Amino acid sequence: MKSSHINAQIALLPAILIALVVYCGTTGWTIWISFTNSRMLPSSVMVGWRNYLSLIGNERWVVSVTNLFVFGALFISAALVLGFLLAAMIDRHVRAESLFRSVFLYPFSMSFIVTGLAWRWLLDPTLGIEKLAHAIGFSWFHFDWLVRPDRVIYTLVLAAVWHAAGLVMAILLAGLRGIDGEIWKAARVDGLPVWRTYISVILPMLTGSFATATLLLATSVVRLYDLSVAMTNGGPGVASEVPAKFVMDHLFERANVGLATAAASTMLVTIVAVAAPWLYYQQRGRRT
Amino acid sequence: MIRRTAAGLALACALGGAAQAQDLKAEVIHWWTSGGESAAVRVFAEQYTKAGGTWVDSAIAGGANARTAAINRTVGGNPPTAMQFNTGKQFDDLVEADLLASIDQVAAEGKWKDIMPAAITAAVTRNGHVYAVPVNIHGQGWLFASNAALAKAGATMPKNWDELFVALDKLKAAGLVPLAFGDQKTWERGLFNATLAGRGGAAMFEGFWGRRDVALVKSPEFKAVAESFRRLRSYTDAGAPGRNWNDATTMVIQGKAGFQFMGDWAKGEFTAANQVAGKDYDCTVLGDKGTPYILGGDVFAFPKNKNAVAAQTLLAKTMLDPVTQIEFAKKKGSIPVRLDLDVSSLDACAQKATKWLADKSTQVPANELLSPPALTGAMEDVVSQYWNDTTVTTDAFVAKVVATLSAQY
Repeated sequence: MKSSHINAQIALLPAILIALVVYCGTTGWTIWISFTNSRMLPSSVMVGWRNYLSLIGNERWVVSVTNLFVFGALFISAALVLGFLLAAMIDRHVRAESLFRSVFLYPFSMSFIVTGLAWRWLLDPTLGIEKLAHAIGFSWFHFDWLVRPDRVIYTLVLAAVWHAAGLVMAILLAGLRGIDGEIWKAARVDGLPVWRTYISVILPMLTGSFATATLLLATSVVRLYDLSVAMTNGGPGVASEVPAKFVMDHLFERANVGLATAAASTMLVTIVAVAAPWLYYQQRGRRT
Repeated sequence: MIRRTAAGLALACALGGAAQAQDLKAEVIHWWTSGGESAAVRVFAEQYTKAGGTWVDSAIAGGANARTAAINRTVGGNPPTAMQFNTGKQFDDLVEADLLASIDQVAAEGKWKDIMPAAITAAVTRNGHVYAVPVNIHGQGWLFASNAALAKAGATMPKNWDELFVALDKLKAAGLVPLAFGDQKTWERGLFNATLAGRGGAAMFEGFWGRRDVALVKSPEFKAVAESFRRLRSYTDAGAPGRNWNDATTMVIQGKAGFQFMGDWAKGEFTAANQVAGKDYDCTVLGDKGTPYILGGDVFAFPKNKNAVAAQTLLAKTMLDPVTQIEFAKKKGSIPVRLDLDVSSLDACAQKATKWLADKSTQVPANELLSPPALTGAMEDVVSQYWNDTTVTTDAFVAKVVATLSAQY
């Protein structure tokens, strides 16, 4: 019994080492570097909080962080609502169900780069939808959000929701299919309208599926980078910049490793601050 | 297991040693991957092979990617023979970390000081030692014009900035796009630099990027430059944001747009569309005070490696050979870094540039030669916000520029 315990620990050793060195080690190193005056190459001259102070004073960083929160809130809620509506529609046993399912899930099979480029062409006022509308006579039609600094972030949300709604649909559809048919019969006997059944009975039973979908969407919010690069390259101006792009640009193009790692560390702290209470709540829920 | 790994390592080292012993094998990391660029780098490869060497091509798309790969390999102890940088401060940190070999002897033998513009030799020299070989000169602030569009609008090629605005107004009235623009941060900075040097003059350009002269930025002259820069925005079209620079050049080629400000690498696009300088399109550098030719270009630096010295020396000599220089410049759209060559076989724009370069008073080093990447990048953000956000006043812009120039970079 005891020897098998030791064997198990030996077998786990590589995994533990990898976790310590690769994850904790590099994270610690990144945080340490963020307190040095590193430019292109890492240096060991400590400068205290200087990088963090210039980060707070950096307008582009402030815009990036604001964008992340605006994008995150709108994207997650819109994708959940749309995904649920699609799933409910398919669950009503529409004709050609599998066709709809494939069509809705299809955008998810594309990379953010392709998604971003396609939507950039569609929304470009001189190439896409606006030009088409003008060509067929609707000259009053204007949709130039992509090139307006105050609106551009919403076009990113639009493209990302298009990309992810199908995934949410698939997850929620699986949840809906797991619900016992007897419940629907009982609701009908009680004379409950369909929409009321969905809101009061079905939705509470789908909590697990919603949690899964939210977690998946949240990770794609945090690593949002390629969509911004492909669709707007952060523009116009700095209006659609995001934190991951800030880190990448300063790490390489601008040879300012100190500032880049300070930004990365700030991101990490922010995410931990958001995720920790949620994880704690999950743990407690499991114990009771 | 461990013994086998050790044996494998020993073998790998032995093989590595053998490879290094082949004296004239040169692995070169560069980012010249587009059609015209790869044709240009092939000139280097062929000439190096003719000179008895073996060229190993490591092309990596994207300047930042190529530099990152080369720097990582150098720091990790497995350096390439030569690596490309833009003329300027990109390799400063490598010199400081003592990772680059100096090529003083090659520079002295080739009399670089006599045959190259002073800004270029200064850009490859650190603490009195030469650390890279400059291979070409790119002019950054050129103005290209479509002759067809100008004729249609009844406009003429401007000789100064006031005439430019007259021509832009005429193009606008004729229903054409007056100024073709690929509105990305890099090109916003490029356009700002062209305005700074053109409207403000070479001295103001050097004062801004070189001396970081705050008093100069607060002067009314700089404010006039900033306002001219922003005025240009009203001549661009709604599709400009996010557009690539070469798509903007295509608008000029097709006669849909009148002008474009771009570096002389844009000539490659005109050439590919079978257009001839002076006939189908016109090119000039606009200046209110002389012709402010903004000098940039490319260099190759040599990481320290005592087994590669012979190859590195031969590479440097080959790249500066007169035949190589002319052939390379033709393919690349640049001009030779040596000013002692016969350039009659180059296009009309390149011949103009060589003439301007003979006059030292109007040359200015590009902003990459004067400021480190971190400052360039931070200023790019400031310029970009002024260009795009109409709520930023010129006074607020001046204040932000002052703050950025005074920050620690």
